[in-house]
Amino acid sequence: MRRAPRVKMDIEKIKSAIEAAVPGASIQVVLNGSPSGQHSLLLDREHAREVARFLRDDAELRLDYCSNATGVDWLDREITEKVKVKKLVDGVEQEIEEVRKTRTPGYLEAVYHLYSMEKKHGPVVVRMRTENRTDRVTLPSLTPVWRSAEFQEREIFDLYGIVFEGHPDLRRILMWDGFEDFPMRRDYVEPNDYEYEPTAHDAVLEKAKAARAAEG
Amino acid sequence: MDQQLRTELSRQGIFTTTLEELYNWGRKSSVWPLTFGLACCAIEMIATTMARYDLARFGAEVFRPSPRQADLMIVAGTVTKKMAPQVVRLYNQMPEPKYVIAMGACAISGGPFKQGYNVLKGIDRYIPVDVHIPGCPPRPEALMDAFITLQKKIESQSLTGAERPRHLDPDEPSEFVVPQYGAHDLEPPKNVKLWNITLKNTPNAPCATGEDGHRKD
Repeated sequence: MRRAPRVKMDIEKIKSAIEAAVPGASIQVVLNGSPSGQHSLLLDREHAREVARFLRDDAELRLDYCSNATGVDWLDREITEKVKVKKLVDGVEQEIEEVRKTRTPGYLEAVYHLYSMEKKHGPVVVRMRTENRTDRVTLPSLTPVWRSAEFQEREIFDLYGIVFEGHPDLRRILMWDGFEDFPMRRDYVEPNDYEYEPTAHDAVLEKAKAARAAEG
Repeated sequence: MDQQLRTELSRQGIFTTTLEELYNWGRKSSVWPLTFGLACCAIEMIATTMARYDLARFGAEVFRPSPRQADLMIVAGTVTKKMAPQVVRLYNQMPEPKYVIAMGACAISGGPFKQGYNVLKGIDRYIPVDVHIPGCPPRPEALMDAFITLQKKIESQSLTGAERPRHLDPDEPSEFVVPQYGAHDLEPPKNVKLWNITLKNTPNAPCATGEDGHRKD
């Protein structure tokens, strides 16, 4: 059996196609430096569903299959870098090292992997980001475009706490109703039930020690 | 009656027994498990009941679809925190005498998912377990071994005195607390009457447990 040749999608071409078809959409290319080179498109929240419809219905792309939707939690990041700056010190120009701190606020991200069954190409990776990770965590649901995203968006809602606007049935799917935490967020504090760890090591050892200290 | 006399009588074609032996023989030879599987261990449990391994040889041929008719609960698989209340409720609905086999690493301790956010770290936090079988999953032979171990346990129980089985002791509970879904965890997170471990602070063993393993009952 011959396999269909894997068509490498040109991410820049898709970007310009979207921008031509959906006026006002601001698309960013998120580059992936790894050997796989699986670059992705960052969609803006306002036009995301329109863009998704275009990706699905466009005769060239026909991305009719959303195979995977997942979440990522990005914490606030502080990047410290040393920059050499020329400055006048006592009338003499000198190079002085300055420490600059740039702070990127955290956000939650939903990632979708799209394929085309008809054209046999893919994946095209699209992302959406929330405004922050605390109170403004709404994203447009892509379930109206790809039905297969329904349960996976529910899972993202359950584990990361992203609220999908326009989702037909947004409930927790793995944890129970009434559970308040989001277990896949990086600041999730799990219940202290590490009192019995027969082969504890590394992080688990720390937790076991803390559990025992709490018991006294 | 001493053993020698019994052997002598049986040579003469006279069978002697005690009520206790007869009762225990009946109990151990008709342990009916509950049709109940949670994960991949359940596949091994099913294989154990099929023709090749044939658990029916030991009197456990009928897996009952209702807890009201079952004697044995084989907790076969990962118990998630979402499933734990239902497991305890099923156990509570079984009539006495009832037994539990915790099958596989997950049912014993949480197994490979022990540090996960939604997996119970062993079903013996909520219900009393008679036999633990390690393995991931245990082979059918291991389940049969556990079953025979359970039969030996039933056989050796005396019906009176301090060593009598739980169902003959009016002070022992037949039902156990069903955990509720809480905001962060199950409430209570463990049944302290069943799961009370004494932790010892020894420098060489960072997580030492009680003298006799993890359960103290």
